[in-house]
Amino acid sequence: MTNYIIRRLLIIPFILFGVTVLIFGMLSFLSPQERSALYVRDIPHNDAAMEGIIRRYGLDDPIPVQYWRWLVGKKDSVSGTVVGGILRGDFGYSRSQSQPVVDLIRRRFPATVELALYSIIPIIGIGVWLGIKAAVNHNKLIDQVARVFAILAHSLPSFILGLLLLMLLYARNGWFPPGRVSDWANAVILNPLLWRNYTYLITVDSLLNGRVDIFLDSMRHLFLPVITLSLISWATYLRVTRSSMLETLRQEYVTTARAKGLKEKDVVSGHARPNALIPVATLGGLTVAALLGGAVFTETIFDFPGIGQAAGASAAQLDVITVLSLTLLSGLILVVANLVVDVLYAYLDPRVRLG
Amino acid sequence: MSQTTPRTTSAEFLAEDLSVRKISRMEKALGPEVYRILRGIFTNPLSIVGLSLIVLFFVIAGLAPVLAPPPTPNYPFIIKQIPRDGFGPTPKLPGSVWVSRPPPLPFWYKALTGKDSWVHIMGTSGGQWDIYYGVIWGVRTALLVGILIEALTLLIGMIVGSLAAFYGGWLDEILMRTTDIFLAFPSLLAALTLSAILTPILGKGIWPPIIALVTFGWMTYARIIRGDILSVRERDYVMAARVIGVKDRRIIMSHVIPNAIYPTIILASLNIGADVIAFAALSFLGIGTEVGYPDWGQLISFARNWIPSLSTYWWILIFPAVALVLFVMGWNLMGDALRDIMDPRMRGRGA
Repeated sequence: MTNYIIRRLLIIPFILFGVTVLIFGMLSFLSPQERSALYVRDIPHNDAAMEGIIRRYGLDDPIPVQYWRWLVGKKDSVSGTVVGGILRGDFGYSRSQSQPVVDLIRRRFPATVELALYSIIPIIGIGVWLGIKAAVNHNKLIDQVARVFAILAHSLPSFILGLLLLMLLYARNGWFPPGRVSDWANAVILNPLLWRNYTYLITVDSLLNGRVDIFLDSMRHLFLPVITLSLISWATYLRVTRSSMLETLRQEYVTTARAKGLKEKDVVSGHARPNALIPVATLGGLTVAALLGGAVFTETIFDFPGIGQAAGASAAQLDVITVLSLTLLSGLILVVANLVVDVLYAYLDPRVRLG
Repeated sequence: MSQTTPRTTSAEFLAEDLSVRKISRMEKALGPEVYRILRGIFTNPLSIVGLSLIVLFFVIAGLAPVLAPPPTPNYPFIIKQIPRDGFGPTPKLPGSVWVSRPPPLPFWYKALTGKDSWVHIMGTSGGQWDIYYGVIWGVRTALLVGILIEALTLLIGMIVGSLAAFYGGWLDEILMRTTDIFLAFPSLLAALTLSAILTPILGKGIWPPIIALVTFGWMTYARIIRGDILSVRERDYVMAARVIGVKDRRIIMSHVIPNAIYPTIILASLNIGADVIAFAALSFLGIGTEVGYPDWGQLISFARNWIPSLSTYWWILIFPAVALVLFVMGWNLMGDALRDIMDPRMRGRGA
C-alpha cells in the first residue's frame, strides 16, 4: 500500500511541472502589454510608459527566463522588492475585476465551497440511490424510466437547464431568485457591526450570528443552483452506479450468498452494494474537485459570486491572466483530488495494489 | 398400441440440435456483424428515435436555404449574420410581421400561409435578430462544428495512442505522461482559457473554441486507442498470426484495426452531441462567434439579458434550447443504443 502511494506521489511533481509549463505556454501567446497585468494594475496609456514597464519587468526576455520569473518572482529594479511569482502567491492583477487575483480568489472561494457543499450531498445520495434502484430492477419500468432520464439529462446542458428553471420558478413568481443573498441581507453581512464572519459560509454564519432570516434567504438562493447541478450529475451517477451494480450482481459471490439463503435485500446491501460503490467513490472525488473548481455556467446563470462566475466573466472580457490563474487553481485541486481518489480506490479494492 | 410416434424424424432432430437457422439474403450480403448491428439499431425504439432525429437535422441543414432564404445570394456555407428587423430593443412576438428589409420569401410561404410578407416565425430577440433564421442556419453550424471537433480529436488521439502502443518504451512513457498533464486540467475551464487567448489572435469566429476544445479533448481517445491496440496485440489470434509469419502490416490491417479502432471510431462519432454542447457553452459565454452569427449557444445567450422577464419573452430561450436539446439527444440516443449493441460483444459476453 505504501509502495503504491509513494509511486503516485513521485509522479505528482512531474505533473505539476508539466501543468505550469502548459499554462505558461498559453500565457506566452499574449502580447507583453497584456502580460504586464502580472505585475502592474493598469495598462499604461502611452507607449513610453509601456516600454518602461516592459523593460522594468523583463516582459521581452526569453521565454524560459520569463517562465522562471513567473514561478518565483522578480526583483523589481526600481523598488528593490521582489514582485510576482506564483510560488510566492502573487498571481498578478485581474484587470476585468479590478483587484489582485489572489484577493479575487479569497473573496469568491467561500461561495463556491458553499455551493459545492450543498450540492455534493444530493448529487451522491440521490444519484447512487437511483442507480441502485435501477440496477436491482433491471429492465423493469423503473430501469427504463431511469435510463431515459439519464439520456435526457445528458442532453441538457447546465446553462439551458438553469435558464429554464429561472423562467419557471423565478420569472413568473419570484420564488427562487438568482444571486447568493438578497440585497437587504447583503447590507447586513457587509456591516461589521451586525455581522461577524466565522466560516465565510453564509448559511453557517447566519445561524452563528443568530439571523435565521438570512439563513432562510441564503437557502432560498441556493435552491436553484443546487437543483441544476444535481439534475445533470444524477445522470452520470445513475449510469455509473447502475452498470457497476449490474456487474457486481453477476458475480459468483452474489450467487453464493443467495444460495446460502440470505434475503435478497441483505445480499444487496451486505455484499453487492459495498463492492459496487467502489467506482462511485472515485467518481465522487472527481465531482468534488470539479465543483470546487467552480461550476462556471451554473454560477454565471444564477449570478452566484463564486470563482466559476469570475472565470466566465473574465474570459468573456478576454482577461487572460485571471482565467488562467483560476484554471491553474482548478488544475491543482484536480491533481490533488486524483491522488486522493487513487489512494482511496487502492484502499477500497485490494486487487489494485496487489495485482 | 397407444404408442405415440416421435414428433420429429432423426434428421429434424439433429437439425434442431445444431440450431441451424435461416440466414436471410440481407445478412449474407452485409456480413453477420454488420447485420447484427443494423438489426439492433432498427429494432430498439430509442435508437430509432435517435436515428430519426439525426436524419431530420441533416435534412434541415441541407434544406436551410429553402427553409430560410438568405438575404444575399452569395454566401459561404453558413450565412455570416442572422438577418435583423431593425435595431429596436424589445423582442417581437412569434408571428409578428417583418418590418424592415426582410429577406426573400421562401417558395412555399405563400402557398402555405397565403400571406405576402415575412413574419418572424419564432420571434426576435432584443436587437431584433430573427430566431427562426438563427435556429435553421444554426443546424449547419452545429453539424459543422460537431463533426470538425470530433474528427480532429479522434485524429490526434489516434496518432498519439497508436504511436504509444506500437513503439512502447520511452516514447510510450513520454506520450502518456503528456496525456496525463493535459488531463490534469478541467477541460471546460481550460478550453475557456485557450479560447480567450486565441480570440484576439484568430479573431472571433468558430475557430478559437474549436481549437481550444480539440486541444483539451484528444486525451481520452489516445488512452482508449492505446489500450485497445495493446489488448488486441496480446490476443491469441494475433500471436498465432505472428508465429506463422504474417507480415506486421497485414496483422495491423486485418486484426488490429477492425477490432481496436473501428469500434472506437463508431462510438466516438456519436460523441458529437457532447461536442456541440461544449461549443454552445463557450458561445454562450461570449467567447466564440461574433454577435449575430447563427449559433444556438449565442441565441441562448441573448436570453440572459431578459432573465427577470423570461416568462414574457420565452421564445428567445425556448426555440434554440429545444433545437439544441433535440440535436444532442438524437446523437446520445444512438450512442447509447450502439454502445449497448457493441459492448457485450466486445467483452465476449452473450447478448
